[in-house]
Amino acid sequence: MGTTTISAPPGTPFIDLTREFDAPVDLLYRAHTEPELLKQWLGPAKYEMTIEEYDVRDGGRWRYTHRDDQGNAFGFHGVFHGEPSRAGMLQTFEFDGAPGHVSLDALTFEPHGDRTILRIHSVYQSVEARDAMIRSGMEGGVNEGYQRLDDLVARLVPVA
Amino acid sequence: MAADPLTEIFGALADPTRRAIVARLAEGEDLTVGQLAKPFRVSQPAISRHLKVLEAAGLISRRRRQTARLSHLEEGRLKDAADWLARYRAMWQDRHDRLDALLATLTPAAEPATHRPDHAG
Repeated sequence: MGTTTISAPPGTPFIDLTREFDAPVDLLYRAHTEPELLKQWLGPAKYEMTIEEYDVRDGGRWRYTHRDDQGNAFGFHGVFHGEPSRAGMLQTFEFDGAPGHVSLDALTFEPHGDRTILRIHSVYQSVEARDAMIRSGMEGGVNEGYQRLDDLVARLVPVA
Repeated sequence: MAADPLTEIFGALADPTRRAIVARLAEGEDLTVGQLAKPFRVSQPAISRHLKVLEAAGLISRRRRQTARLSHLEEGRLKDAADWLARYRAMWQDRHDRLDALLATLTPAAEPATHRPDHAG
């Protein structure tokens, strides 16, 4: 299994995620655009995910809802900007619970032979909005344990 | 104004010199201003100002040893910041692990079918 790396440089409104997959771009693209596939991985593990709309085209809308077993529903929606393609997708992201806090997600699928590197660059409207998003975590139940201090410090060390 | 603690921590870490100071102190040894200033092309007073910011954010504490003032990394405080990101990262790690598993079950789009007629009888 691969490792998803994240960077959220202090003082910036960005979040960058990177992950390498042992699958060609074509499959990554399908898993990101076909609702039946998307719901198998995007929803938090313990939540049920319903995709109300997923219109993968320039200007097309998307909307899905995560429901926990206590009946709480968390809806998200946005719009695709530009024609989504195997090179990547650009889309807005808004949580129903925080209207107006729209972020922009740029996904790129980078082919490396039969492998693919997925990059997600998210831009929030402010550092505060980004920090609030990360803090909410959208899913309180996830507890992978503590990331080691070393990891943070390694990220903090300026590139020589 | 009582700034949100994380905002303070990340504000303090927004500066590359201060991040380098934190990284240096993370090696474990408490250091004087002079020792901390050494790798940088900035004056000791400038480093002292950075240390004040780090101290205000709770990332370091300072104590006197004879005439020197030693800076000490408050690792717990730094861990607060790490945990903040770790949970978000874990959410994506979790998703991508599931994506990985899903991808393994998918077969790449069949080559334009090698038309092999069905010899069903």
